[in-house]
Amino acid sequence: MTPILHATGMSRSFGGVHAVRDMSLEVAKGSITGLIGPNGAGKSTLFNLLSGVIKPDGGTVVFNGRDVTSLAPWKRARLGMIRTFQLAREFQRMTVLENLMLAPQLQLGETFWPNFLTPGKVRQQEAEIYEKACEVMEIALLAKLRDTYAGDLSGGQKKLLELARTLMIDCDLILLDEPGAGVNPALMQTLTDMIRRLNRDHGKTFLVVEHDMDMIAQLCDPVVVMTQGGYLTSGPFEEIRQNPAVIEAYLGETADV
Amino acid sequence: MSAYLISMGTYVGFFMILALALNLQWGIAGMVNFGIAGFYAMGAYVSGLLVAKLGVPVGLAIPAACVAGWVLGGAVALLSVRLREDFLAIVTLGVGEVIRLIVLNEDQITEGPRGLRIDGRPFGDLIGPELYPLFYLLLVAVCVLITYLVCERIRRAPMGRTLRAIREDDVVAEVLGKNVLMHRVLTFAIGGFFMGLAGALYAHYVQNISPEVFMPVVAMFIWMSVIVGGAGNNRGILIGAGTVMIFLEGTRFIGDFTDVLDAEKMSAMRIILIGFLLIVTLRLRPRGLLPEPKFNVKKT
Repeated sequence: MTPILHATGMSRSFGGVHAVRDMSLEVAKGSITGLIGPNGAGKSTLFNLLSGVIKPDGGTVVFNGRDVTSLAPWKRARLGMIRTFQLAREFQRMTVLENLMLAPQLQLGETFWPNFLTPGKVRQQEAEIYEKACEVMEIALLAKLRDTYAGDLSGGQKKLLELARTLMIDCDLILLDEPGAGVNPALMQTLTDMIRRLNRDHGKTFLVVEHDMDMIAQLCDPVVVMTQGGYLTSGPFEEIRQNPAVIEAYLGETADV
Repeated sequence: MSAYLISMGTYVGFFMILALALNLQWGIAGMVNFGIAGFYAMGAYVSGLLVAKLGVPVGLAIPAACVAGWVLGGAVALLSVRLREDFLAIVTLGVGEVIRLIVLNEDQITEGPRGLRIDGRPFGDLIGPELYPLFYLLLVAVCVLITYLVCERIRRAPMGRTLRAIREDDVVAEVLGKNVLMHRVLTFAIGGFFMGLAGALYAHYVQNISPEVFMPVVAMFIWMSVIVGGAGNNRGILIGAGTVMIFLEGTRFIGDFTDVLDAEKMSAMRIILIGFLLIVTLRLRPRGLLPEPKFNVKKT
């Protein structure tokens, strides 16, 4: 299958520390690709490089056949590549509904003049976005929380909201940075089901960084393993968990790998 | 007494326009601006100089002052937009002072500390001197209304939603595909536009402007208005500006009721009192008199 995202030779150092060194990664279209590795392996830095939040020292990122290495994050988002954050970062003093209605790209009413020159069109688009937000809230089980400030949600609900927000956008690739962190077991299943459904029914491709091995096992194929800022190996989860090199990388960290 | 009230009403109008503009920049979009006095001076001197030195009609000079504020706002935002909040505060404070010092020292053009005399007034020939103050109050009120309607429209529109998202977390807004830089520059420019308007209205009202009016302390009063009124709430801002003006003016009369303090001590006492009232307000209403309203769409 053709890769939707293809990163080659990514490098980035902070001071003298090589957080990511010559890392390459392919994400196949339609897959849920997992990215694992011990703490400090450079997963989050790689995510920041892929989404453009920080600039690489070297390497290229190709998304959907287009070199996006030098594009600003918002331009990558408009091309259909959205990311979430390890610690859910919500717009705290905005309600759940607003957080969702914010997400669609290129809204007419986001610029100054249409609000004054063609208010009818702005209102109509706003109504459409509202309808869509209501649908998404149903899917994401957030309907009851629509008028709650995002800052008042529980950790798990914030993660749901973050995922729901990506649903509002026409995107092909979603980068999830530890979707399971700080989520209670009941919500965890909801979250896992939702990711799977988005993948199957809505055709979204995922790249998931996660420490919860149950979630990785349930969702991801293939799984890419990073260690010390670079590529270690990749393959189906069952294969990975028996790979001696992976076990060594994790040694003492998670005994059940 | 009624002349005094009309004059106070007019000044409250200037405050309201400045405070609404600051609310757009800071209350809604989260960008700190301590250089309000500079924008105010820019509007006042652009309009004043065009009329007094070049003989431009007032009807053209006031819009020109707005455009000057718009350009200044855009330029300051473009230069400093990559800075963090605290540094933006320093930069804007600096810009405000630079403008005041230029006005003070380029006295061949601006008349510097001597003050610039401006004879032209909007509709000055048509309206008699007895009615003119009342007319001017109405003119300022109309400008306040326009500023309010524009700011309120922005707040309620998807644009306001995006600006608040940038205020809450600019990195997340950026990875959601929002052009943060463009929004910031545009918003700062719109705020500058209205601050320029306020300056021009002030200049043609007092008809004699000099740099000492545009000290950084002006920014403090506008900030007080926004904080007391409720950041993010345009109606609250109008109330806040009125409240601060009542604080400022009301404390002036305390001297009439007491002869313990002389005039000099009294003026120092006023500032203390104003600070005290600000603290009391914030203790009782931490988010301002009218807090930012929660977004509400009727369920269908």
